[in-house]
Amino acid sequence: MDVELRGITKRFGEVVANADVNLTIRAGEVLGLLGENGAGKSTLMNVLSGLYRPDEGEILIDGKPVAFDGPGDAIRAGIGMVHQHFMLVPVFSVAENVVLGVEPTGKFDFLDLKTARRQVREINQKYGLEVDPDAKIETLPVGVQQRVEIIKVLFRSADVLILDEPTAVLTPQEVLEFFEIVKALRDAGKALVFITHKLNEILEIADRISVIRAGRIVGEGDPKKLNRKELAEMMVGRPVSFDVIKAPYAPGRDILEVKDVTILRDNDEIAVDHVSLSVKSGEIVGIAGVQGNGQSALIEALTGLRRVASGAVLYLGDDITHASVRARHKMGVAHIPEDRHRAGMIADFTVAENMVLDTYYDERFSSGPQINWKAVNARTAEFTHDFDIRTPSVFAQAGHLSGGNQQKLVVARELSRETKLVVAGQPTRGLDVGSIEYIHQRLVEARDTGDGVLIVSSELDEILALSDRILVMFKGRIVAEFDATKGTVDKGAIGLAMAGVAA
Amino acid sequence: MTPVPTARKIDTGKQRQARIVGGLLIALAVLVLFVFAPDAPGAATFRLSRPTDPWVVPNLVIPAGPFTYAIAALLAFLGVRQFLRGGVRWTSISLGFGLALLVAAFLVWATTGKAFSLTGMLQATVVRAVPIALGGLAGVLSERVAVVNIAIEGMLLAGAFAGALAGSVLGGVGGLFAAVAIGGLFGFILAALVVTYRMDQIIAGVVINLFVLGLTSYVSSQVFQEYRHLNNAPVFRSIKIPLLGDIPVIGPVFFNQNLFVYGAVIMVLVATYYLFYTRTGLRARAVGEHPKAADTLGINVYRVRYINVTLAGMVAGFGGAWFTLGSVGRFDEGMTGGRGYIGLAAMIFGRWHPVGALMAALVFGFADSLQQKLALLQTPIPSEFLAMAPYIATIIVVAGLIGRARAPAADGEAYVKE
Repeated sequence: MDVELRGITKRFGEVVANADVNLTIRAGEVLGLLGENGAGKSTLMNVLSGLYRPDEGEILIDGKPVAFDGPGDAIRAGIGMVHQHFMLVPVFSVAENVVLGVEPTGKFDFLDLKTARRQVREINQKYGLEVDPDAKIETLPVGVQQRVEIIKVLFRSADVLILDEPTAVLTPQEVLEFFEIVKALRDAGKALVFITHKLNEILEIADRISVIRAGRIVGEGDPKKLNRKELAEMMVGRPVSFDVIKAPYAPGRDILEVKDVTILRDNDEIAVDHVSLSVKSGEIVGIAGVQGNGQSALIEALTGLRRVASGAVLYLGDDITHASVRARHKMGVAHIPEDRHRAGMIADFTVAENMVLDTYYDERFSSGPQINWKAVNARTAEFTHDFDIRTPSVFAQAGHLSGGNQQKLVVARELSRETKLVVAGQPTRGLDVGSIEYIHQRLVEARDTGDGVLIVSSELDEILALSDRILVMFKGRIVAEFDATKGTVDKGAIGLAMAGVAA
Repeated sequence: MTPVPTARKIDTGKQRQARIVGGLLIALAVLVLFVFAPDAPGAATFRLSRPTDPWVVPNLVIPAGPFTYAIAALLAFLGVRQFLRGGVRWTSISLGFGLALLVAAFLVWATTGKAFSLTGMLQATVVRAVPIALGGLAGVLSERVAVVNIAIEGMLLAGAFAGALAGSVLGGVGGLFAAVAIGGLFGFILAALVVTYRMDQIIAGVVINLFVLGLTSYVSSQVFQEYRHLNNAPVFRSIKIPLLGDIPVIGPVFFNQNLFVYGAVIMVLVATYYLFYTRTGLRARAVGEHPKAADTLGINVYRVRYINVTLAGMVAGFGGAWFTLGSVGRFDEGMTGGRGYIGLAAMIFGRWHPVGALMAALVFGFADSLQQKLALLQTPIPSEFLAMAPYIATIIVVAGLIGRARAPAADGEAYVKE
C-alpha cells in the first residue's frame, strides 16, 4: 500500500506546525523522517494517523483521497502508529492490550481472550516476534513492550507502520533487535515510517530519507549517498560541529567522593547499591546506563533531595551526606535536574522568578521579607543575554519558552553561582541541536575552569562526547569504568555493560 | 559474562509496620485480660434460632471466663509472632484476625449473664451492608473509568427521597424506578461536570452532596410536614426462598431477606461479569487506566465515562431506596448518615472490585448492627460511643488493613483530548 501526503498544512492558532508538506510512503520501504524536536514530525504523523485533521492538503491511499475523522478511521484504512510513549495499559495482559478496541467476542458481549491469545501467537510466528500473550505489560522490559505495540498495529492489519522515535527508550542491544524486526516487516511488504532525530540510526535503517525543519520538508535523499554531516546541516539549517573542544585533561584534587553509598527508592527497594565513585577538579565523569538503574536516585542523593541509607558523601573532604539542599548550594554544588518540569523550574512562574529560585534570600535580591524585584529583573536580563535565553521579556512565563530555552534558563541559574561541582542529569534531553551544543559548551567550560562535573545521561553519544571518564550503572551498581582520555572508547563494550553483561 | 544479581529489597517500612501491629495486638491482649476478663464469671448465651423455626438449633452457651482468657492468649501469641522472623508476611492477616478476636471477646463480655440472638444480628448485618455495598459498587463503577465519585452520599440521599415520594404516590415499584432514575440523573450531572466541563471531581461531588442534602431537607421539613401522605411509602417485605430459607442460621441470614439484599448481590455479580469478562468492561477499565491509549484505539473516552458514571448513579439510587422502601417507608433529613462515604471506604478496602466491595460492606454492616444490638444489651458503654463503631471500623480498616491496594491509574484525572 502506498500513501501520499499532498500539501499538508496544520496550524495551532498562530503557530504553523506543518507547511505544505509532501511525502510519499511506499510498500516494502523504510522512509526515514528526520527532524529536530519541534520540527513538526509528530504533528505530521498525527495528521496521518487521524489524531489531527489537516487545515489544508490531502492524504491519498493508492491514489485515492481519504479523510480521517479520528484514529479509528486511519486504523481501518491500514495506517498504524507506534507512539513514542507507549499506549499500553500497564495492568492489562499483552493479549488484552493487543485486542483492545477490536476485541473478539462471544455471546453476552463475552470477551474471548482464548481467541485473542491465539491471534497474538499467530502474529508472533508470522513476523518472528517473541512475546508471551499472558504476560502483564508492567512486568515486561521496554524492548518487549515496544514489540507489543507493533503486534497491536499488525493485529489491526496495518500496512503502514509509523514508528515515532522508537529507539529513544531502548538499550543499544535492544536497538539492534528492533532493527531486525523493522527489516522483517519491510521484507514482508509493509511500508514503514521511521521518525527520529538520530543521524546514525536513520543512515543505518532507512531506504529513503526526508528531512523536516520548522514544519517544512527541506530535503530528501538516499542514505547511501549522504553522510552525517550533510544530514545534520539539513536538519539544523546551518553547519554543525560534532566535536566538543576541551582543554587537555588535567585533573586536580577530589571534589566529590562517594563512599559505599546505598540509596533506597520510595518503596524501599534498593536503587543504588554500595556505590563508590569520585569526581576530580577539571574532569567530566559520565554515568551511562539505561534509565531506571539508579542514576536518578544517585543524583537526588548527591544534591540533597533523597536520603542516603548508608555510606558517606564527601565534598572537598567534608562530610555532606546529610547536608541540606541550601547548604549544598552555598558550598558550590550546582544541580541541573533530569526533569526540569519536576525539579528544575516552575512553569507558571516568570523567567525572573525562576532565575532567583535559589538566591532570592540573598541580600542582593531581598531585604528582610521584601524582594527587590528591580535587582532581580536586572540580573535576569543580564543572564538571558549571557546564556542566550530567547524570551520575549524577563516577565514571560517560563513554561511558554521552548524546551531548549527552558533548559538554558536552568543552566544559567545553576552555573551563575560560584560552583565547584556540577551535577547534571539528562542535561540535553529533548532539546534541539543548537541548545545541545550550547549546553555542552557550558558544561565543558565549567570543567575547564576547574569544576568537577558529573553527568548522567541515557544518550550514549552525549556521554562519549563529553566525558573524561565513563562509568556504567546497571541495577544500582557501577558495573564498568572506561577511560576516555586515551583514544576512543569502544561503544559496543559500553552497550554490553549497560545491558548488564560485564566484560 | 557474569550477569549482575538483581536488586534486593529492604523492607524497612514493612518491618516497622509489623512491629507496630505486634505492639497493638499485645496491647489488645492486655486490654482483654484486664477489662473483659475480671467481670466474667457467668456464661454468655447466643440464640441461633427461634422456637418457631422448622429446625431448631440449640443455643450457643459460652463460659465467659475461659473464653476471654483464651482470646487474650491468642492475641498475645499473634502479637509476639509479629516480632519474630517472618512476621512481616502475617501483618495484615494477624491484624484482621486479632480485630475479629477482639470483637468476639467484646460480644461475650457484653452478653455475659444475658441471652442474645446471634442469628438476628447476622441478619441485620446483611441488611445494613446493603446501602454500603451498593454505594461501594457505585464507586467501583465510576472509579474504574477514573471518575472519583464523592457524590455517592448525595445519590443515596436522592434515591431515598425519590423512593419515599414516588413510592407514596405510585406504590413501591414506582418508587424504586424513581429512585434509580434520580440516581442516574445525578450520575449524569456529575459526568457532565467532570467530563465535559472538567470541574474538579471532588468539588463537583461535594456540590452534588450539599445540593441534595439542602433540597431534600427543605422538602421534608416544609412539604412533608404538611402533606404527610406524600411521605408514607409501602415497604418491600422479606421474601423467603423455599428450602434454602429453612436452613438454620444461614437461611434467615441470606435467604429470607427483601428485594434490596437480593438486588445488591445480583448487581455485584453482574458488575463483576461486566467489568472483567466483557468487551465493554475491558474498554471501561482501559479508560480508567490509560485514557489516551484507549483514545488512540478509537474508544470514545468521554462516552464511556458518561455511561459508567450514570450507571453508578443508578446503582446508588437503588441503594438509596433501601433507606425508605427497604426499611421504614419514610424519609428523614440526612437519613443516609454518611453511608455513601463508608461505601467509598468499602470500595477501597475491596480493592476496586465489586465482590471485594461487597465483602468490605459486610464488615461495616457488622459494625453497624453491632452498635444497634449492643444498645439493647445495656452495656456500660454509652450508646453514643457505640454509634461510632462503624466509623471507627472504617478508619481502622482503611488505615491499617489495606496493603497494596491500587487505584485505577488515571483515577481523578480529567482527560483532555488534544
